[in-house]
Amino acid sequence: MSIEQQLEQLSGGLPHGLSEGVALGTGLAEGYDLYDSALGDVIVTFNPQGVSSLDIADGFEDRYAERFGRPLMRAEAPSAWRGHVQEAIERGSPGRLPVDLRSVTEFQEKVLRTTATIPKGEVRPYGWVAYEIHSPRAVRAVGSAVARNPIPLIIPCHRVVRTDGHIGNYSLGGPHNKVELLEHEGAMPHLLEDLASQNVRVRGDAVTRVYCHPTCRVVRDASEVIDFRSTTAAEDDGYRPCEVCRPHG
Amino acid sequence: MDDLANALAADLDTSFPTVVETMGTQLFWGLRRICGDHQEAEDLTQETFIRAYRALGGYDADRIRAMSLRPWLWTIAMNLGRNHVRDKSRRPTYVEMTETGNEDPEPIDQAAWDQRLSALSSDQRTAVVLRHVVGLGIAEISQITGRPEGTVKADVHRGLSRLREMIEREQ
Repeated sequence: MSIEQQLEQLSGGLPHGLSEGVALGTGLAEGYDLYDSALGDVIVTFNPQGVSSLDIADGFEDRYAERFGRPLMRAEAPSAWRGHVQEAIERGSPGRLPVDLRSVTEFQEKVLRTTATIPKGEVRPYGWVAYEIHSPRAVRAVGSAVARNPIPLIIPCHRVVRTDGHIGNYSLGGPHNKVELLEHEGAMPHLLEDLASQNVRVRGDAVTRVYCHPTCRVVRDASEVIDFRSTTAAEDDGYRPCEVCRPHG
Repeated sequence: MDDLANALAADLDTSFPTVVETMGTQLFWGLRRICGDHQEAEDLTQETFIRAYRALGGYDADRIRAMSLRPWLWTIAMNLGRNHVRDKSRRPTYVEMTETGNEDPEPIDQAAWDQRLSALSSDQRTAVVLRHVVGLGIAEISQITGRPEGTVKADVHRGLSRLREMIEREQ
């Protein structure tokens, strides 16, 4: 055999995993991996831009196909932020984890980024989110944006409740999961339901005369708590709004 | 080749996997023989395609239709090889679900060939591999390496002579 013929034989097939690696690296396919959460096993999907969705593991592939319809393959998250995924799920906020919200509108993204600022163990009404994004009248649109949150748990939409104070709906497996998550975080969902039934919207610290959302850490530390049916009622009694939870919604 | 460029111009996302399938094998094996390392060649091949995809995303359809994909991909690959630029840590890593066998056929002693090729100068090795392992023409190699055709021809010729001497010495 001539040298040229031997050189021709120095190649073989395409290495396994190469096409997949390119698909993941270009974002033409998304990767997914399994993580642990307060609601059991969840699937997180990601691409080079960041985490793009989170869902309950059971039956996720069909739901993903229906909503996102992209090729999907088992993968490890990019090593640059692999370690932040589990942390973000536990903390209930992205922190340093990049999130890819290209699947939602600009308005929805604003809603979700604001939602991500609600501290663990606290809740805010839809109206509060609307106010924070300078669209105080868009409460209903905020509700739909939260319901379409592609990355629940990491973007903590379970911390957004109805404007009347009731816990309300939840997209990740139903409202009982919302109650369970809030319980798990110490946000007292049963007290919240009680307060909502009594039409209580905000609570005041009788000593400092500051009023808050009921789960705000400021009023939870108060020695004497006064309940109000509206922010106006609180203001009429000479209370001023808390600077931490900004109870305007 | 032109069909593929036309398909890419019409729908980049749908056609790009076909580019990987049709050009991935020769790109990988060429790089594998030039750099001598399986993993590095795989990384370089992936990175080449990812860069190519990003670049194509910014080109208009006419520009893509007019492209010669093969030398263009090799030019990206050779630049990457020189610069050793990586951003692997920002990408998901594929997890193989099934155990697969070695894809390399072994009709000839590959290790011996890797050793012989590594003894050539980098220019000669690149020219010999692109000409005889990958099967590119002298004009294409000249375009990819940025060296005149006469120089490429001489590199291939001298590289082959040196390989022949090495084999004779081994016997």
